[in-house]
Amino acid sequence: MIFAAILAGGIGSRMGGTDTPKQFLTLGNKPVIIHTIEKFVINENIDKIIVLTPNNFINHTNHLIKEYIGDNEDIIVIEGGQTRNDTLMNSIKYIDENFGIDDDSIILTHDSVRPFVTHRIIEDNIYAAKKYGACDTVIPATDTIVESVNGETIESIPVRDYYYQGQTPQSFNIKKLFNLMSSLTEAETNILTDACKIFTLKDEDVHLVKGEVTNIKITYPYDLKLANTILDDKND
Amino acid sequence: MIKMINIVYRLKSPKFFEESIDEIELDGVIVRPSHLSICQADQRYYQGSRPAEVLEKKLPMALIHEGIGEVVFDNSGEFKSGDKVVMIPNTPMGEDVCRANYSYNSKFRGSGFDGFTSDLVKMDSDRLVKLPDDFNPHVSAFIELISVAYQGISKFSEIAITPKDVLGVWGDGNLGFITALFLKEKFPESKVLVFGKHLDNLNLFSFVDGTYQIHNVPDDLAIDHAFECVGSSASQSAIDQIIDLINPQGTINLFGVSEYPIPINTRMVLEKGLAIQGNSRSEREDFIGVVETLEQNPQLFEHLEKLVTNICVIHSLNDLKEAFDKDYISHFGKTILRWNK
Repeated sequence: MIFAAILAGGIGSRMGGTDTPKQFLTLGNKPVIIHTIEKFVINENIDKIIVLTPNNFINHTNHLIKEYIGDNEDIIVIEGGQTRNDTLMNSIKYIDENFGIDDDSIILTHDSVRPFVTHRIIEDNIYAAKKYGACDTVIPATDTIVESVNGETIESIPVRDYYYQGQTPQSFNIKKLFNLMSSLTEAETNILTDACKIFTLKDEDVHLVKGEVTNIKITYPYDLKLANTILDDKND
Repeated sequence: MIKMINIVYRLKSPKFFEESIDEIELDGVIVRPSHLSICQADQRYYQGSRPAEVLEKKLPMALIHEGIGEVVFDNSGEFKSGDKVVMIPNTPMGEDVCRANYSYNSKFRGSGFDGFTSDLVKMDSDRLVKLPDDFNPHVSAFIELISVAYQGISKFSEIAITPKDVLGVWGDGNLGFITALFLKEKFPESKVLVFGKHLDNLNLFSFVDGTYQIHNVPDDLAIDHAFECVGSSASQSAIDQIIDLINPQGTINLFGVSEYPIPINTRMVLEKGLAIQGNSRSEREDFIGVVETLEQNPQLFEHLEKLVTNICVIHSLNDLKEAFDKDYISHFGKTILRWNK
């Protein structure tokens, strides 16, 4: 089976000035998270969509889905975790308990605040996760990356051609992901900021899927303003 | 109506494409384009050779009106996800007494509104015709162009009153090739002669009964009906030659687009009692006709494959630009875009 996990667990500490998590703010005429879920709803290759939100937003999310998308038994809202990886683990546990995990099961994990993801990116993720076991959506880095450990002086300037900016989806063979996650030491778990890192830590290949510059993440108030502007712009 | 975000790749100004964010309604069929084909009309926008006021009015706009795709989602239940379909660019917006491809009430993709260069395309179910899985996708990408020839030939059949023994096709480009091929298919008993300028191109018309370079036509040659597939200012000399060679009460079927008004020797049109019929675009019945004809005559694919001269995989807007540049310098054949953007 093919699952999508929409990660909406974050409380948006960087958004500022609002108590509503950024995924529930309005983009155009509906919440950001609804735009994002729709991209997966219309893809008939995806069997189930699991939306992971903070506990106190589960009912709200269910109401929004009912209001904007309608009754859809393939969308399930459950509680996320403290960290991104806890959230990911919750989705895998849910899948295991309710649907079972076979050797071919894959999961596409996607930020709820990336509503501009394209059908092509989702299809490429499905293909790459099936074929390679793990993939990450990236675009080539356009700004020069500088490394600084102390935050005051430059340690090094890596060759930009070798660097990419990570987007989502990140997609995995679920069994492989689960086995790798279970084998992590506590020290390894503590440094995990990214699901793909689980694979690289264990020397497993992660295939690159080409992202899009339009596949932006709405993180700061500016992003939402920008996203709203470009969405309004279409009628000009 | 529920609307979903969609990314569209539009020509912003000549030679400059941009990503833009749009919304599509989910009340029709959602198609993912797979193979697209560049038409001269797209090239005229890309090169900026349309009049400035036309460019100003129409751009930004997604180009391309020839293409096929796969159904992603269908609310109507008519198609299954994964069905291969050819997309019909003409979009009627109201009833009319004429064919919908000539109606003022119709809009056309890549001309009146966005063409197919986008992540997804929303179409009404009657704007799609299902394709058999085994159809060559590169040839299928330009079924729209084939359907234009097909509708012209169908209309010709309705108005021609004199014998169809000798049919002349002017123009040795893509449309001339397709028109000659389908004339031969529909009228196997007729002699199909092709008149062109480029010997290299004419040599590819191996299925017709004769080819002539336009400056080297025998004096005693006569035709019953003519198909002008030349276009631009060269239409004038083609139409002149047609009027010279055509038998009385023949039909002249015009297909070639010109940016300039073309003078026609009306005195001889009157004297010979000729009928001139214009042709542009096509409608659903023509697409269905082409798909059926190709299904029943798979050998046509072999000939049509000769038209596929460039296959470009499109991952980025730069790839799209390169494909247009490559197409521009090709003197024959179609540039096919494998749409991975």
